[in-house]
Amino acid sequence: MSSATNVETIALPGAEATAVPRRNILWAYGIVGLFALISLGTFAYNEYYTYLSVYLWFGFIYGVCLQYGRFCFSSAFRDLFAVGVPRMAVGIMIATVLFALVGAFVTATGLSTFHPAPTSFHSVVAGFIFGVGMVFAGGCASGSLYKAGEGNGVAVIVILSISVTQAIFADVGGWTNHLVPQAWHESALSKGLPEVINVSDGWVDQYLAGYVWNQPVTTYAQIMGWSNESVAGAFLGNLMVGVVLPAAALLAVVYVFWSRRGFKNKRAKAGGQADFTFKDELAGYWTMILASKRTAIAGLVLGIAAGLHMFVIQGLRVKFGVKNAGTLLERMGFDFGISVNGTVFDPGYWYVTTQEAQWVGWVLQKLGTENMDNIYFGFVNGIPNPAINPADWMSLALIGGAAVMALLHNEFKFKKPTLELATWAMIGGALMGIGSRLGLGCNVGAFFVRVSQGDPSGWLFGFGMIGGAYIGVKFFNWWTERKMAKEFAACDF
Amino acid sequence: MKFEKKADHAYLLDVKGYVCPHPQIYTKKALEKLQPGDVLEVVFDNPSSGESISTMCDITGNEIVGRSQEGAQCNWNIQKA
Repeated sequence: MSSATNVETIALPGAEATAVPRRNILWAYGIVGLFALISLGTFAYNEYYTYLSVYLWFGFIYGVCLQYGRFCFSSAFRDLFAVGVPRMAVGIMIATVLFALVGAFVTATGLSTFHPAPTSFHSVVAGFIFGVGMVFAGGCASGSLYKAGEGNGVAVIVILSISVTQAIFADVGGWTNHLVPQAWHESALSKGLPEVINVSDGWVDQYLAGYVWNQPVTTYAQIMGWSNESVAGAFLGNLMVGVVLPAAALLAVVYVFWSRRGFKNKRAKAGGQADFTFKDELAGYWTMILASKRTAIAGLVLGIAAGLHMFVIQGLRVKFGVKNAGTLLERMGFDFGISVNGTVFDPGYWYVTTQEAQWVGWVLQKLGTENMDNIYFGFVNGIPNPAINPADWMSLALIGGAAVMALLHNEFKFKKPTLELATWAMIGGALMGIGSRLGLGCNVGAFFVRVSQGDPSGWLFGFGMIGGAYIGVKFFNWWTERKMAKEFAACDF
Repeated sequence: MKFEKKADHAYLLDVKGYVCPHPQIYTKKALEKLQPGDVLEVVFDNPSSGESISTMCDITGNEIVGRSQEGAQCNWNIQKA
């Protein structure tokens, strides 16, 4: 403890010791205590709340990791193009490979909660729109959550924008029905959905039932002729072919274009030999991977936690004899906002955007909007009260976990957004919301989780995100160039 | 955003209140304008930008010659290589 009585010195792994005001530490304890109280109190009321608490504590871990490693999928691609920094691209690949490794174990035991998504070009388009949005917004869907935990007002606007846009976009009908190709319309009608869904009214409904659901659903294991649950399928197909080899190749590209020159210069400066052998290349590749300890550690823990999350949720489903949290909510006496199938959104793993759409959907429903007549809310995810929505517990705890870490690093600060940043946040959030609904997920659900579990659509969404990030960076380069030119002129540059 | 000359070979870039990617982009653009040996003081309060600026300097050879933090506000002095 420092000499000042209201300050303590805290050293976190991979970071310099920081003097932290005692009130920060008390707030951090308060947040953890509140979550513990919620878990214990609700468990005492009904053991089914354990299911929600599992989401809560994994969300908390995600928040801790994201803040600690400044882990933002947006910066992975954006910082490469904007400032030539590869640290986040490396961190994400580490997390993805680790998640895939744990996921392969879970899948091989038959306890995976993962279901692959339809694979087609729509994932690339969705990823592209999402990618532009995340650069504009200053953070991806998960990054905005953790930054909200740091007190960042811009991130809060981004979250609101993603949430509102999704809730409206998923339900929009009227004139947008005229934009639906006839083939989608007819295909959607042929699916025989319940009348209450009214599938012929709604652009997203007809996009989903008339186009997306017709696309192939597969995994690398299945492409290679194995079942997902077989050892060969889980480890060779989904892990090795689907994740490790592409990730290693992607990192090799990043090394060659963004990291190699710096490593060579450093070697030369340190008096290293002129010849640059293959062994030196490997050393450079490895140095790039370990360049940011914090990011690497966060990626490691995130990957393992994300895999365990699936395992624990599936274990609870077996224990309670359910396939979806909707059944648990009904058993506990909650029947509002549950889909016609008796389900609510319950991915069984880390996810961000759907629960954001749901809480706005719930608010709109309470304000008198009929929004349970679409596939997204009415047929699949429901709009349960946010207070008992498992995935909402995860997101709120993610913000809490990030806040705890920010407080303990003395990095928590309420930041009021400027008009400029608020504008970018709203535009970026809206684009991410639209991209998420087109791609059936965000940087976490549509990219991180799907890639890790051997679903080819994950890489397609990722390639789209890279393209979108490139365009977003091009725009911001132009925008900042204009602003800097004025400042430089004042300095006679 | 504010960029100004403080003294000979010493400049200030104030990007307080900005979120990613603005602080790192402005820092990169400012450093590109400076001469080798010039020092740029960057003032920012977006923690994740610090990680990016630090790695950027490591790669380009620019040296962070001073770091101080007060609350969430960071003041870094970067000497152009």
